[in-house]
Amino acid sequence: MKLVIGIVRPERANDVLEALYRADVRGLSLSRVQGHGGELDRVETYRGTTVKVGLSDKVRFEIAVSDPFVEPTIQALCDGGRTGEVGDGKIFVVPLERVVRIRTGETDDLAVTPVGV
Amino acid sequence: MTNVLTLAQAAKVDTGDTAWMLSATALVLFMTIGLGLFYAGLVRGKNALNTFMMCIAALAVATVTWALVGYSLAFDGTGDLVGGFGHLALQDVTFEPREGTTIPHLVFMAFQATFCIITVALISGAVVERMRFGAFLVFAGLWSVLVYAVLAHWAFGGGWLIEGGTLDFAGGVPVEMGSGFSALAAALVVGARKDYGRLALLPHNAVYVLLGAGVLWFGWFGFNGGSGFSTGDAGVLAFTNTLLCPACTLVVWFALDLIRGRRVTAVGAATAIIVGCVGITPAGGYVSPGWAMALGAFVALPAYAVIVWRPRTRVDETLDVLAAHGIAGFTGILFIGFFAQESWNGVSDGLVYGNAAQLGDQALAALSAPIYAFVVTFLLLKAMMLVAPVRATEREEALGLDVIYHGEEAYPTGEGAILVTPEAGREEERLVANPM
Repeated sequence: MKLVIGIVRPERANDVLEALYRADVRGLSLSRVQGHGGELDRVETYRGTTVKVGLSDKVRFEIAVSDPFVEPTIQALCDGGRTGEVGDGKIFVVPLERVVRIRTGETDDLAVTPVGV
Repeated sequence: MTNVLTLAQAAKVDTGDTAWMLSATALVLFMTIGLGLFYAGLVRGKNALNTFMMCIAALAVATVTWALVGYSLAFDGTGDLVGGFGHLALQDVTFEPREGTTIPHLVFMAFQATFCIITVALISGAVVERMRFGAFLVFAGLWSVLVYAVLAHWAFGGGWLIEGGTLDFAGGVPVEMGSGFSALAAALVVGARKDYGRLALLPHNAVYVLLGAGVLWFGWFGFNGGSGFSTGDAGVLAFTNTLLCPACTLVVWFALDLIRGRRVTAVGAATAIIVGCVGITPAGGYVSPGWAMALGAFVALPAYAVIVWRPRTRVDETLDVLAAHGIAGFTGILFIGFFAQESWNGVSDGLVYGNAAQLGDQALAALSAPIYAFVVTFLLLKAMMLVAPVRATEREEALGLDVIYHGEEAYPTGEGAILVTPEAGREEERLVANPM
């Protein structure tokens, strides 16, 4: 079991969702985050105040999957998130120790496999 | 004898009329700000400033072009198609009353300027979220002269429509049909937003939308109520009809929403206010209060139908200027042909009251204005595209036009913002972003 964390452009979030859906990856969480990678800072001016904004808006996917789904998930994040420009984001894959489904008490692989798959 | 007396009176400025027209001018100017709020609420947050700024751009550009050229082309002389150059750069526009009115020529010009401004701002609704800001500035200037001034001459300034007997109280021809059908052309030429039809592109703040619609309705009392250029009967009738007509549109819109989706929507209600105000714009001073209410109820139907149908097409006429202004204005113009009542307006009857010819005059305007607006706007934008691109790149569209064209965000958090001091040696003065 792995936790796949994908950080992508907000405007690509829907494409990622679509790619994940096509890859039969169902359970996921999504949050809006701000971060800094290799992107150029953007300059904003409010009257006399000029600022350099180093943080860009990103969307963070967290997807817990059983081992056979790790590669399809990574592939979907890449397919959906890639524009080819700097700032497309990163994918982190980390091992998962335990997973519990609260409703049934199922654990591990059973818990990360959506009902009906 | 009576004629001489009328002329003598007409040559005098009336203080009451002037006071009202000064107020009405300010009311109409405020509409453009209301429109900015209305439009900004309807787009995504990353484009809110750019959308509002298009309306502010109209305040800047259209006022200048109007003073320099537009007013003269619209209101100097009685040429069939276009006015003259006698008032270029406001030449001979003074304290003397404008011919046919009891208000100073200057006030008349300023009042008409606010109409030109809001019409230019209206078209931006068709191209928000993807048009280049610079290109819009150029477009605004050229359109205000090539389309607005010409249509205003036709309907108000002594052109072939008004001379032929077409009734248009407050701008069904130049403002509503002019903006609506130009918007359609602009949407076709500029093209759809890159995610149109693929992703849900939703309004980011429905409260702005309602507040903007409210400001528009408020300003519309000056728009319609001032179009009699006096505190006389026609202006009073139009003022009151501006209350009655949109209220009926709202009621019918509620009913249509209930039938279609079982819920009364807020964005729908804001749209209904606009549609009702637009419907009564041409007819305000010509139909009875009863018929104004009927018009309000009726105009909801075609506008609602187009608003439901348009998003199913490939045409990304983003904020439905065609439905809310073009179609509603078209309906209002034709409505006069049926239900105008001489006992109320002192000018002419419509078909229902025995004057079928009036309907013919109205139909002429309802056909010619949309065609002229569509064709000239289409060609103007095509010509502009030969010189420079008119739309943002895909990357810019993805990032949002606020940051790209204005270097600002509507909702900056300040997180990760580092103060920059462009002038060397002034660093001490600017150690913190916010001295408070």
